[in-house]
Amino acid sequence: MTTNTQSLSTPVAKSMKKSSLFNKIFLYTFLVVFTLSYMTPFFSAILTSVRTQDDISLNGFFSIPREIVWGNYPEAWSRGGVSKYMINSFIITIPALIGTIFLSSLSAYALARFKFPGNKLLYFMYVAGTMLPFQILLLPVFLLTNKLGLYNTYWGVILIHTAFQLGFCTFVLRNFMRTVPGEIMEAARIDGASEWGIYWKIMMPLTVPAIAAVSTLEFTWIFNDYLWAIILVQNDDLKPVTAGLSTLQGQFVTNWPLIVAGALIATVPTLIVFFALQRYFIGGLTLGSGK
Amino acid sequence: MAVSSPPVPRHKSKINWTPYLFLVGPLALYLVWIIAPMLYTFYLSLTDWDGISPEAKYIGLKNFSSLFGSFGKRVPSAFEYSLLNNIKWLLTFITVPVGIGLGLAMILNQDVKGDRYFKLGIFLPQVLSLPVIALLWSYGVYNPEAGVINSFLIRIGVSDPPAWLADKQLVIWAIIGAAAWRQIGYIMILYVAGLKNVDPTLLDASKVDGANGWQRFRHVVFPLLAPVTTIVIVISIIDSLRSFDMVWVMTKGGPANASNVLAVLMYIQSFNNYRMGLGAATAVVLFLISLVFIVAYLSRVMKDELEY
Repeated sequence: MTTNTQSLSTPVAKSMKKSSLFNKIFLYTFLVVFTLSYMTPFFSAILTSVRTQDDISLNGFFSIPREIVWGNYPEAWSRGGVSKYMINSFIITIPALIGTIFLSSLSAYALARFKFPGNKLLYFMYVAGTMLPFQILLLPVFLLTNKLGLYNTYWGVILIHTAFQLGFCTFVLRNFMRTVPGEIMEAARIDGASEWGIYWKIMMPLTVPAIAAVSTLEFTWIFNDYLWAIILVQNDDLKPVTAGLSTLQGQFVTNWPLIVAGALIATVPTLIVFFALQRYFIGGLTLGSGK
Repeated sequence: MAVSSPPVPRHKSKINWTPYLFLVGPLALYLVWIIAPMLYTFYLSLTDWDGISPEAKYIGLKNFSSLFGSFGKRVPSAFEYSLLNNIKWLLTFITVPVGIGLGLAMILNQDVKGDRYFKLGIFLPQVLSLPVIALLWSYGVYNPEAGVINSFLIRIGVSDPPAWLADKQLVIWAIIGAAAWRQIGYIMILYVAGLKNVDPTLLDASKVDGANGWQRFRHVVFPLLAPVTTIVIVISIIDSLRSFDMVWVMTKGGPANASNVLAVLMYIQSFNNYRMGLGAATAVVLFLISLVFIVAYLSRVMKDELEY
């Protein structure tokens, strides 16, 4: 990412070579001040989480903390149930992620490599599906999970995520698969490979970069879901962390630092995924925003 | 035609079933969980179903007329509030974060050392879930006693600072502000990617022609970014119509509907007031508004496809 930006900006920068030192200082000052103030909500949350309720409500945010207390984190983690919610988030996210990636790779393969009536129509259906407001599905999905006995289980949430995310994943993977030269598959076909063999042994390995990008994004999206969690899960022991935070909020109404500490713990998995797989994350976003 | 043609074996090329075999699994799941529910919501919107009784009575467009018939009263209805708030959200989203995101992308696209760190810092909120952002802002920023803003206002001597999320005038803007904060990084990243495709020789040429910075942006860079801008606008519109989490966590639509949006209203109608038919009708309204933009976007995708 950075190297590409450089190759573009260098000629431009050269043509503006004589831009004074003053401009440079101004630019950096602006960027540092802007970025730091942009991150104020983070800093304020971190600072709030290590103070006591009395201290912060009496003295306000801009005061020297009476003492730094770390206890809110373990308290939120164990007594507040964040540990349990966090495990639930993973139990929901991982199967949904694997399911949606696998199934969408199948439909993407069909849409990318075969000519058949309805191909374009299905493609447009998936693209349109990515933009649906969830509310148009809400009541029937709620009823359906009830009918199937999946209400208040992990499975209802897993299935709706798997199904809903098919649209986006199919869209991205199909466009990526179209860029794979057809000769590779033709050669395999002549060598007697089955269609499944071509998909699994040739197409899938070649699609790994796109799969990595989509998976990173999808992990974050599914992990961060809130709406389906509150619609389909009522049992507190099964809630993912996004919904669990509301319970935490109700349970500790008068302990803001603890609620904020819980919220900060909830950010850790997606932050780790983002920092570890940044390149894929950004790649997925730009892939997904359409060519 | 298929009906009238005689059952004689014809020498037509055989149907290749392979793509259908690949499609059957994902498509079945999609039909059951996405397509069918969507259609069922349309049906529900024409009924008076309460979510409990076994029978739902067909009442035609009554739900819609009761939604739109509530307009223009002295005290605005929940629906009117929600629709207006969605419009405020949408108009803010397609201007403020887009403008700031583009500006940042332009600045960071210059020869800035350490640009990655600035990008990272600004993009970071996008990685967090909306409920977390809602909590961080509720407690860290907008809290009337201990939040950053009011603590600061009190420090500089403001005696009666606003109670952001409890103030009927300010509340929706406070929530939109927090949502916009999350959005800016996303827009910036899309424009940064778009700017990579702008041919620097074009800029040099316009420079030789004597165009100044603003003119170069206005007449060269911005038109070249048009495809990115289209995507950015579509994403912003769709996101603003979807907004639920932030409102639900921060205010549940209150005080007195002042921060309600259609997605939240639909939830309240359905699950709190047991008026599932009315909730479905609100969902249909939300869907129809989205549909305008979905179709606009699809027609663009379709154009790209036909060029293949």
